[in-house]
Amino acid sequence: MLPELGLLALILALLLGVLLGTLPLVGAQRGHAALVASARPLAYSQLFFVGVAYAVLTHAFVVHDFSVAYVATNSNTLLPTMYQLPAVWGAHEGSLLLWVTILSLWIAAVATFSRSLPAPVVARVLATMGWVSVGFLAFLLFTSNPFARLLPAAVEGRDLNPLLQDPGMIFHPPLLYTGYVGFAVAFAFAVAALLDGKVDAQWVRWSRPWTNVAWAFLTLGIALGSFWAYYELGWGGWWFWDPVENASFMPWLVGLGLLHSQAVTEKRGSFRGWTLLLAIAAFSLSLLGTFLVRSGVLTSVHAFASDPARGLFILGFLALIIGGSLLLFALRAPTDDKGQPFVAASRETLLLANNLLLSGAAMMILLGTLYPLLAEALDLGKISVGPPYFGLLFTVLMAPLVLLVPFGPLTRWQREQPAQPLRMLAPWGALALVVAAIVFFRWPQGTAKTAAAWLGGAWLLGGTLRFVWQRVKQGKGRFTAEMTGMTLAHVGLAVFVFGVLMTESTSREMDVAAKPGQSFALRGYDFRFVGVERVQGPNYRADRGTIQVSRNGAPVATMLPEKREYASGGALMTEADIDGGLSRDLYVALGDSLGPDGSWALRLYVKPFIRWIWLGALLMAIGGFAVVFDKRFRRPVASP
Amino acid sequence: MNPTRKRRLAFAALLLLAAAVAATFIVLALQENLTYLHTPSEVKQGAVPADARFRLGGVVCEGSVQRTQGTLDVRFSVTDRFRQVHVRHHGILPDMFKEGTSIIATGKLEHGEFVADEVLAKHDETYMPREVADAMAKGAAMHTKSCGAD
Repeated sequence: MLPELGLLALILALLLGVLLGTLPLVGAQRGHAALVASARPLAYSQLFFVGVAYAVLTHAFVVHDFSVAYVATNSNTLLPTMYQLPAVWGAHEGSLLLWVTILSLWIAAVATFSRSLPAPVVARVLATMGWVSVGFLAFLLFTSNPFARLLPAAVEGRDLNPLLQDPGMIFHPPLLYTGYVGFAVAFAFAVAALLDGKVDAQWVRWSRPWTNVAWAFLTLGIALGSFWAYYELGWGGWWFWDPVENASFMPWLVGLGLLHSQAVTEKRGSFRGWTLLLAIAAFSLSLLGTFLVRSGVLTSVHAFASDPARGLFILGFLALIIGGSLLLFALRAPTDDKGQPFVAASRETLLLANNLLLSGAAMMILLGTLYPLLAEALDLGKISVGPPYFGLLFTVLMAPLVLLVPFGPLTRWQREQPAQPLRMLAPWGALALVVAAIVFFRWPQGTAKTAAAWLGGAWLLGGTLRFVWQRVKQGKGRFTAEMTGMTLAHVGLAVFVFGVLMTESTSREMDVAAKPGQSFALRGYDFRFVGVERVQGPNYRADRGTIQVSRNGAPVATMLPEKREYASGGALMTEADIDGGLSRDLYVALGDSLGPDGSWALRLYVKPFIRWIWLGALLMAIGGFAVVFDKRFRRPVASP
Repeated sequence: MNPTRKRRLAFAALLLLAAAVAATFIVLALQENLTYLHTPSEVKQGAVPADARFRLGGVVCEGSVQRTQGTLDVRFSVTDRFRQVHVRHHGILPDMFKEGTSIIATGKLEHGEFVADEVLAKHDETYMPREVADAMAKGAAMHTKSCGAD
C-alpha cells in the first residue's frame, strides 16, 4: 500500500511541477499578481510530495519490503543499518529520486531566500526550475519507477553493490548532486532575465551566491568521489579521466568560469552575454553528465547495464533545454554588450583569460569524452581515448592559469599600469624560482615535476598572500567576505597544485609476490609481510593480510588489507589499508593467493603529499561558501 | 583602414592563430592516445597492425587461467567464442577477474601472444563492456561455452 502512495505522491509532484512551470510564468508576463504569488506555495507543496515519495522509499528499505523491485535488487536483510538509508540512492531509480528531491530542495530554498527580490523575477525563476523538475519527474515516472512492484515478492533481496558499502557512498552522491542540480538556479536566473528582456547586471547579483554554493558543493562531491576511488578501488589512483568523472568535471570547470565572469558582470557590467551563455552551459553540462552516466552510452567504471529508452529520454530533454535556452538567448541576448570600457592591461582582461582557459579545458574534455561515440557513429572503429590525452592537454591549458592567478586580485579594474602588479609580484616569483631550483637539485629522487610542484605552489601561495598583505597595509576598506573566499580558494589551488605534482612525481609502487616473513623496501620504508588469516564480517568473509611497516628499524604502522567475499552473489572486493598522513600515505592492497605456501600477491605504495589534493579541494569549497556571506548580496534591491 | 578596424583585424588574426595552434595540439594529442579495441577473431585474422598497442576484449576461457607458483605471472586465453588469443600478464588481476567473465586487456602482440600491461574487469557481476557484447553478439555466440579455435 505504502509504495503506491509514494507513486501517487510523485504523480502529484509532477502535476504541481506543471502548474509551477505555467501559472507564475503567465502571471509574470501578464502582470497578474495572484498568479505570480502562487509560485511559492506551489514550490513548497511540490517539495512536500517529493519528500513523501522519498520517505516512502526509505521506509521500504528500512523494513526490507522486497515486494518493491528496486529494494529487492539493492538491499538484503544482512545489509548493515548504516547503509540502509544511503542504499536508497544505490542504483538508477533511487539516485534519480535523489536528484529530484535535491532539485525540489533548491527550488524551495530559492523561494525562501528571495523575499527581497521583485515578485515577477522570483516567479520566472521558480517557473523555469519547475519545468526542469517536470522533465525529471516524467523521466522518473515513465522510465524508472522506483516503486515498481515485484510479484511475487522476493524472500531475500540481492545485495547493495559491495563497492557502495562504504561511508564515502553516504556523502558522495548527495554532495555531487547538490552541486550538479544547484547550477539549475543560475540557469533559471539567466532564463528569467532573458524572458524578462532585462539582461542587465541585476540578475547576476541575485544569482551569484547560488552559483558559488552550487560550485562549492560540486567541488566537495568531486573531491570526495576522488578520495573514495582512491581507497576503495584498490588501485591507489585518485583521478582516472573516466567518462563519468569527466561528466562531473566539465560543469565544475564551466561553473568556475561562471563564478569569475559573474563577478565581472556584476561589478563592471561587462561580459553580459557571455555570462548568460556560461550559466546555460554549466547546467547543460550537468544534464549531459546525467545523460552520460544514466544512459550507459559510454564504457566506464560507473556504467551499469544500460537502457536505450532512458538514454533517449534524457537526450530529448537535453535537446529541449539546451535548444530552448539557446534559442531564447539568440532572440533576447544583449546587443549592446558594452559595460564599462577597459583596456588590455586590466583585471577584466585577466578574468577573460581565466574564462577562455577554463572553457577551453572543458571543451577539450568534452571532445575527448565524446570522441569514442563520434568515431563509432562514423564507423572509424571502436576506440578509447587514453588518460595521457587529457593529462597533457589539461596541463598545457592550466599552466598559464596558474601563472596568471596571482595577478588577478592585484590588478585594477578598467586600467592598470602593467609595471605595478609585476613589481609587487617579482620578489615572490623570484623566491618561488629559487625554491624550485633548490628542490630540483636536492630533493631525493626529485624530477623536474617535483620542482614544478614547489614552483607552482610557492608562486600561487606567495602571490595570494601578497594580495592579503596589500589590503592590510593599505588599510583602505575592509577585508570583505568575498575577498576572504577568493583568498581561501586561491590558497586551496596552491595546495592542490602542490599535492598533485608532488604525488605524481615522487610516488612509488610495487607489485610483489610475498612469502610470509619476506620484506620489501620502498622509498625508505620496510614492508614485512606476516601472513593472511580468515575473518568474518557482517555480510562477508574476508582474507586479511598483516603487513608491518617500519622505517630505519622503528615501527611505523601495522596494516591489515582485506579481500572480501560478499555472502550474496559472491562478489570479491579488495579493501586496501591506508596509513595516512600530511606528508605521505602508505597504501597496501591484497591481491590473490599465489600458492599453498601462504604466499600472496601484494600491491605496495608510498604516496607523498597525496592528501594535499583533497585538502586543496576542501579549501576551494570553503572559499566558495565564504563568498556567500559578503554583505553586497544582502543589500536591499534598489526598486526600478 | 581606421585604427579601430586595424585593431579588430589584429585581434581576429590572433584569435584564429590561437585556435589553429590549439586544434593542432588537440589532434596530435588525440592521435597519440587513441587505442583501438579488437576481438580475438580480428587478431587471428591479422587485422591488427604489428607492434600496435591495442585493447583486446572478450571472455576469459573456462579452464585457461594458469599461474606460475610464487610469482605474479599469469597466463590465460581470451575468446569471442570463435577464436582465442593467449594472453600473458605480470601483475595483480582485478577483483572481478574470473573465468567466463568479460575483460578488456591493453597491450601488444609478441610472437602471437598478447602481452597485457593492464587488465580491466567490470565492477558489476552482470556487466559486459558494450564493445565486447556487440562483437560477440554478431554470431549470437554468447551462450556457448566453447573457446573457439586457437
